[in-house]
Amino acid sequence: MKGALSRLIMALFFRKKSVKIGIYGPPNAGKTTLANRIIHTFVDDNEDMGVATEIPHETRRVIKREGVLIDLKRLILNSNSNININISSSSSNRNRERSTRRSRGRGRGRAKLMFDIVDTPGLATKIDFRDFMAYGMEEEEAKRRAKEATEGVIEAIKWLDDIDGVILLMDSTADPYTQTNVVIIGNMEARGIPVIIAANKIDLPDATPQRIINAFPQHRVVPISALKGDNMEELYEEMAKVFR
Amino acid sequence: MRKWQRSSGEGEEGASVKGGGSEERTGIEMNVVSRDKVESMGSMEKLRFILDGVKSGNIVVLEGGLTAEEQMKLIELTMLEVDDSFTGIEISGYPARRGLLNLRKKTRLTIIGPAAKMKTIKKDKDLISAIISTT
Repeated sequence: MKGALSRLIMALFFRKKSVKIGIYGPPNAGKTTLANRIIHTFVDDNEDMGVATEIPHETRRVIKREGVLIDLKRLILNSNSNININISSSSSNRNRERSTRRSRGRGRGRAKLMFDIVDTPGLATKIDFRDFMAYGMEEEEAKRRAKEATEGVIEAIKWLDDIDGVILLMDSTADPYTQTNVVIIGNMEARGIPVIIAANKIDLPDATPQRIINAFPQHRVVPISALKGDNMEELYEEMAKVFR
Repeated sequence: MRKWQRSSGEGEEGASVKGGGSEERTGIEMNVVSRDKVESMGSMEKLRFILDGVKSGNIVVLEGGLTAEEQMKLIELTMLEVDDSFTGIEISGYPARRGLLNLRKKTRLTIIGPAAKMKTIKKDKDLISAIISTT
């Protein structure tokens, strides 16, 4: 309560020029893919925050990228001027995002948000080195990875003290009602930190983002595909609105 | 053999039951801790009590449960102690209820066990289903 109150007072009287937005969630929810997507869209097409693979705990250290500007007006103007390019290069993943943006029209989204993006290791309550061996790792490597993964979880938790807003990423194909998700949300509420839940992987056939919406009715849930770029504009609009 | 003990609070040293004498333990020990006992402990004392119990292979059930902050701290402490033989915890709880004036969240029940032995298979607001392995 005390933390929430002091945050409210700070927010009312001392608006920050830049806010720190943490991407949190369980392992393999797509946090690094989302961070890369945001950087590609607003900073540089060729810059990556980190490497995303199917192996859990690929991100084992917190990675911060400073000075990311979400400018929705510019984004929409750019997307309108890119119509011809989009049509001619249909194989690009980003086309889907641009197509989504075009379809939403010019009238929406005039907000800007300057922020530092913080990509965090996946939060977990258990880490077994044997799970990594299932991906073909030698025992020694698997043990080292497990050790680093435990350190990553601790680092991600410590970072919550410095975060101004959280995108909680969940996998739309998995059960959302895990204790890890519940704990993250409970902590954000207790600290008064705004949260947006992003229901990721909606491009997969067995995705059911509605399950996430039903599980957390008190929070705004934005269904997205960070990999394919689906519905990203809605997430950016929500970020600009909630994290200002 | 399966052992159950419910702690009633005052004057008790936790709820842990150890196999006595030469008796060999073959089942899972479950420690059900009363709200009085839970509330009598400080946060760190509570977390240490849970983690020591779980690392010994026990299931710990807390009436009244842990707050979200305590659960986060428990995850952090657990990660410090994960090694080749202890892979972490499985934790499950009923969602908290809003308390007076909708300000304070009141937790209801939390169950914690060793990840190697316990797996939550289903959870909703009033039901937790878990499989507990005895191997």
